[in-house]
Amino acid sequence: MTDYAVELTGITKRFPGVVANSDIHLAVRRGEVHALCGENGAGKSTLMKILYGIQQPDEGTIAVDGAQVRFRSPADAIRAGIGMVHQHFMLADNLTVAENILLGAEAQLGIGAKAKARITELARTVGLNARPDMLVERLGVADRQRVEIVKVLYRGARTIILDEPTAVLVPQEVDDLFATLRGMRAEGFTFLFISHKLDEVRAIADTITVIRRGACVGSADPGAVTSRQLAEMMVGSELPSPETRDSTVTDREVLRVTGLQLAADEGGRSLLADVDLVVHAGEVLGIAGVEGNGQTELVETIMGMRRATDGTITLSGTDITRAGTLARREAGIGYVPEDRTRYGLLATQPLWANRILGHQSRPPVARGGLIDREAARRDTRRIVEEFDVRTPGVDVAAAALSGGNQQKLIVGRELSGDPVLLIASHPTRGVDVGAQAGIWEVLRRARADGLAVLLISADLDELIGLSDTIKVMLRGRLVAAADPATVTPEELGAAMTGADGAAA
Amino acid sequence: MSRIRSALLPPALAILFAAALCAVALVISGASPLTALGVMIGQVGQGTTAVDIVNSAAIYYIVALAAAIGFQMKLFNIGIEGQYRLAACVAAIVGGLIVLPPVLHTLVIIVVAVLVGAVWAGIPALLKAYRGVSEVISTIMLNAVSLGAIAFLIRPDSFGVLQGNNISTKPIEPSGQFPGLDTGAGTIFGMVVVAVLLGVGYWFLLNRTRFGFELRASGESATAATAGGVNAKRMVIIALVLSGAVAGLAGLPEVLGRDFAYTLTSPQGYGFTGLAVALLGRNHPAGIAFGALLWAFLDKSAIALDNIGVPRDIVLIMQGSVVLSVVVAYEVVRRYELAAEQRRVAAQLRGAPAADKEVVG
Repeated sequence: MTDYAVELTGITKRFPGVVANSDIHLAVRRGEVHALCGENGAGKSTLMKILYGIQQPDEGTIAVDGAQVRFRSPADAIRAGIGMVHQHFMLADNLTVAENILLGAEAQLGIGAKAKARITELARTVGLNARPDMLVERLGVADRQRVEIVKVLYRGARTIILDEPTAVLVPQEVDDLFATLRGMRAEGFTFLFISHKLDEVRAIADTITVIRRGACVGSADPGAVTSRQLAEMMVGSELPSPETRDSTVTDREVLRVTGLQLAADEGGRSLLADVDLVVHAGEVLGIAGVEGNGQTELVETIMGMRRATDGTITLSGTDITRAGTLARREAGIGYVPEDRTRYGLLATQPLWANRILGHQSRPPVARGGLIDREAARRDTRRIVEEFDVRTPGVDVAAAALSGGNQQKLIVGRELSGDPVLLIASHPTRGVDVGAQAGIWEVLRRARADGLAVLLISADLDELIGLSDTIKVMLRGRLVAAADPATVTPEELGAAMTGADGAAA
Repeated sequence: MSRIRSALLPPALAILFAAALCAVALVISGASPLTALGVMIGQVGQGTTAVDIVNSAAIYYIVALAAAIGFQMKLFNIGIEGQYRLAACVAAIVGGLIVLPPVLHTLVIIVVAVLVGAVWAGIPALLKAYRGVSEVISTIMLNAVSLGAIAFLIRPDSFGVLQGNNISTKPIEPSGQFPGLDTGAGTIFGMVVVAVLLGVGYWFLLNRTRFGFELRASGESATAATAGGVNAKRMVIIALVLSGAVAGLAGLPEVLGRDFAYTLTSPQGYGFTGLAVALLGRNHPAGIAFGALLWAFLDKSAIALDNIGVPRDIVLIMQGSVVLSVVVAYEVVRRYELAAEQRRVAAQLRGAPAADKEVVG
């Protein structure tokens, strides 16, 4: 037996035109929390999918407890004692906690008293307080996550992959989760902790491995390394700087949101409460916040995809609170959605058809209820050229492009038709460094031309670098403001968690 | 051109596969596949078969277009059956009760049928948009309701007339009939022209108008369509109502061109055929036309095969296996082509600076 619970040696995985993992070596000692850091798109998830048997490596070997293994499916990985808690939970809402845990694992202890006893025992291990007969739909996010952990433990996992486990948690819950992880580590469980939140990684990990562009760039001792050093390892020595230069802010109001309220679908805490903000022409207003604190809802309410419960939204002086999404787009709002594959693109349709989406009522691509295909093709070619979209032509399906090029196409589309306001939700999430720099440059240029930008981002450097003003969102409220010229990511982080009243 | 090849190859392969399957079934049942094939092809030249095929195909074409409009948005309008039958019944009643100058009379009947179909489809549309009721369930139930409604409407006490053993609506005067084209070997329904025009209109609507774009965008990705400013509720309502309006026309070729009334024994089942033909034609106007002709041809073959003692049920096997293999074949080709396109794009872009390559995470 070796000291290593899991050893990955020389893992290489290629996708069409892309090397997702290139000769990665990763050794995880038994009983440690091993963090895997890297930007979105660096190849962390692919590596974990390989370890969990969802994908097979093109080259390289996997060893568990010193013995070489070959996983053809997650079932093989589970048998070897590896479990995975996905970022998006895989629970059936209409089943109870116990039923969710037993689903697919009935063969182990049946579904009777023996199984219940084991679940109760495991629930204690992970600090799950919900009763086994409670419906999962009544549980909060933190409890659901614990149910997921019990699920993998019940199947005999000793090594647990946690894919971005803190993305959905509020700071208090993160602390609780970490306490649980430390307790379980003491009992001999091994964790692979995937994250790009550096402070958290430094708080919980025993060892840190950094991945960049599909390759291992090194490991770090969490006690000695700073977040800044980790960040530099993640993005490479020359950090592309998102900084803007001179202020172009004018006093012309473009977007004014007053007293915006959004009630939750089924009672509970309202999703947005008393949100007031103003974006001027030539200004980038950045919204910082831990994911799930109302940023998505704010954007969707401004876009008209959700109906505000109360409050007003005005665009260049016109009240658009009751207008539909298309009317708001026609009034000059461009929208780069946070999830481009679900909200931004028609995957199987050609690029030129994607150019029409959101512009189906406006020239040049449409006229009087009719679609002008030739004009759409022509204008798509303009976008491809102007925004450096790497594609062989405008007739290929959007799904055939890489993420960065899809995003450049979307940004180009949303800047078409002379918008006065651009809502950019995580505009560089999951795109490569080259596309990221390109998108930053485009935003800077548009701002200089007098565009008002509402920027939502989880990347604090991006937010500080691009914004003229930063507001911090917590539990559906704007709780603090910060001056990007003076604020540090650490201060901003503190404000986002509510630990600090005002950041500046 | 590879695009045309990829559009035509799957159905050709699927039909060959289905034919092979049927040949096996025929051999097992003791008949000769070659004889059967000869009879099936030979029948087309005999009597009124060719014209009958065209007439049936026109009806199938109309119902399939109705189904395809819903399919574009991933809506399953199972209620075409009820929509076209109720529309034909009400239109026949109205047509029999009034007398107007020729063309006008016919037009009124057509408009009534379209309206009835649209209103009947409007019920599940509103239920779906405002109450989230699955259109599959509500349209199936409305099929049953329409059956009862028709039975009620053509009672002799309501609008029906007893003719021998059959009950029908009051016959439509010649001024309301849709004249056909007499070929010498049967009369082609005038409504065939309407079916062709509908196909052209469907193509134009889908490919050239904003509505068509929004319809297809909603079908491809409801979330992206919403973010792009498409009103999802409105699209559900319009798509289903339009589907019902088109379905309303499907009963008319026979009402206006042959029976001149709606009777208890008026044909049924077209609605389900329409769903199958729309699948067969991949919701494409030309594909659906081909599917409708094939379906009608197979239908007629049943009779010819019966005459030489080959079990007519072989036709059902053929129809079922064609639809199934077409659906499978297209899905296989679609996946293969997307992967091929991704490879091609990647290959063409190789040699670009390394920094611009995307890393999948």
